Amino acid sequence: MNPIVTFRISLASLGANKLRSGLTLLGIVIGVSAVISLMAIGQGVQQSITSRIESLGTNLIFVQPGESVQQGGLGGGAGSAASLTLEDAYALNDPVFAPVVKAVAPEIRANGQVQAGRNNTSAQVVGVTPEYSEVRNAPVERGDFISRGHLNNYSQVAVLGHTIKETLFGNRDPLGQPIRINGRQFEVIGTLESKGGGFFGNQDNQVLVPITTAYYRVSSQRTTHGEISVDSINVQMPDIGVMDEGMMQVATVLRLRHHITGDDDFIITNQQDTIETLQETTDTFVIFLGAIAGISLLVGGIGIMNIMLVSVTERTREIGIRKAMGAKRRDILVQFMSEATLLSLGGGAVGVLVGASVARLLNGQPLLGNSPMETSFSWDIALLALGVSAVIGLFFGIYPAMRAASLHPIEALRYE
Amino acid sequence: MQPATIELKDVSKIYRMGNIEVGAMRDVSVSIQAGEMVAIMGASGSGKSTMMNILGCLDVPTSGEYLLEGENVGKLGDDRLAEIRNRKIGFVFQTYNLLPRLTALANVELPLLYGNGHDRRRRAMTALSRVGLADRVGHRPTELSGGQQQRVGIARALVKEPSIVLADEPTGNLDSQSTEEVMAILRDLNHREGLTVIIVTHEPDIASATRRVITMLDGRVTDDREVA
Repeated sequence: MNPIVTFRISLASLGANKLRSGLTLLGIVIGVSAVISLMAIGQGVQQSITSRIESLGTNLIFVQPGESVQQGGLGGGAGSAASLTLEDAYALNDPVFAPVVKAVAPEIRANGQVQAGRNNTSAQVVGVTPEYSEVRNAPVERGDFISRGHLNNYSQVAVLGHTIKETLFGNRDPLGQPIRINGRQFEVIGTLESKGGGFFGNQDNQVLVPITTAYYRVSSQRTTHGEISVDSINVQMPDIGVMDEGMMQVATVLRLRHHITGDDDFIITNQQDTIETLQETTDTFVIFLGAIAGISLLVGGIGIMNIMLVSVTERTREIGIRKAMGAKRRDILVQFMSEATLLSLGGGAVGVLVGASVARLLNGQPLLGNSPMETSFSWDIALLALGVSAVIGLFFGIYPAMRAASLHPIEALRYE
Repeated sequence: MQPATIELKDVSKIYRMGNIEVGAMRDVSVSIQAGEMVAIMGASGSGKSTMMNILGCLDVPTSGEYLLEGENVGKLGDDRLAEIRNRKIGFVFQTYNLLPRLTALANVELPLLYGNGHDRRRRAMTALSRVGLADRVGHRPTELSGGQQQRVGIARALVKEPSIVLADEPTGNLDSQSTEEVMAILRDLNHREGLTVIIVTHEPDIASATRRVITMLDGRVTDDREVA
């Protein structure tokens, strides 16, 4: 039987029961649109996470203190040892031992209570050096950044992140205004551009102060040698190509300085590793969303099978007549399969349209937290969903179609 | 003498119902020549429907041979049987068995969808004209009288130009006038076009309109004679 005729017969059969066909179609529409929109949301989240991390710079290496091991073997967890010092950070700028390093920005982090007049908020207080602005891609919006002079003088000056500025000063000009950090008075010398919520703490919710001031006035850590210990050292490389080389050089310098022969007392990671780890996590998230949507697609498929079985029973006599007129098993099989596939493909096509519209509607809407969500509709997913719905039609159509095809013509003709 | 169109040799059909075997046909040997018009008579349960199914290649005998135009069809598979039904046999049913959603024309086109199906519309139109329904092509079965529906059924049986028309109680649901029309068409097909026409019926009136009557009882042929 030729395909156009088969298609016309299928269309007519489905058209004879419009409500029923429509409801069956709806099952697939819901399944496919769920897949498309959830995948679009998932991929959008993934993209925005990745791009935010990349905006911090992918050419960064992070050095953190290793695990502190006390006597008796009780571990303090990664980063708990106070093994990195400001001197270590400066040493990484060594053009002989670490020639690929472009810039180094050590930092100390502490939580603090920040107060301006009657306004009061908690923030992350970060002790930084002048290189921080460039290395961590934190450009000054107004005023000045922390200078070397501030470092040497332990100046009580602060640069405010965007959110902190809004919270403490609203529309007023913060420059030159006094604030209190953990009770100590600082002067606001600059504000930072807004960066949006990050995943290593919100950069906009930070207050930057000179690292020396942070060490002596805000944080409470002390090294045994009386040197300034730091929480982490950001090392900037000229480009991604020399990351491995840079990590080797940084490690070498630190081992020499720390006289290490056995295990390192520091941990080196890089931004790329972080992105990959996060990507694995978000991949799982996307697959999870897809799987949930896939279940509804499966339910839609079962709906098709159900309705096709009903249809075969109802049309037993028609099958008998067609067989008496010379229809072979294959003709009947193809006819019912094409009806099932038409249902699922039709549902798939409508579902793609609905899913794409949902993805478009959600684009830029603040759904997760307060930052706008980006959705990304991709044709790959749309084609995949269409393909899957065709396969579902074939898969769930085959059993009813086989039942129809294997009916005996005499019994089918006698069926009332 | 040319070979018989239909040759049944010791054909039996046995159904199994649980442990009991029911012989719907027992050692039936019948031969029907091309161009004959035959009635198969018998009460219900006499085996005439089984005979009809076997003659129509809807079923195969349990034992014995059925030669259709010289071909032993008793051992063929489903698909080959479907092909033979499509090419050689036209069915006319008591309950018409038209598809209710389709127009008269589409119903007549049905056998052309399977197998060789060129020129479907024109051939279906020709078949409908032969039964005098050229003006009813667009009507659905529910919009036609019983007699008209049966004529559509006959047109459908004719559209593939089969060598045999098998009619199972073709007038069983019809009033006397429609019965007359339908029988006239069947006789005409036999007389003028030389089609082999086999009518299964339990009405003696219908049987007497043919030229040979085969009577069955309990699965056996009890009488087989020419009528005037």
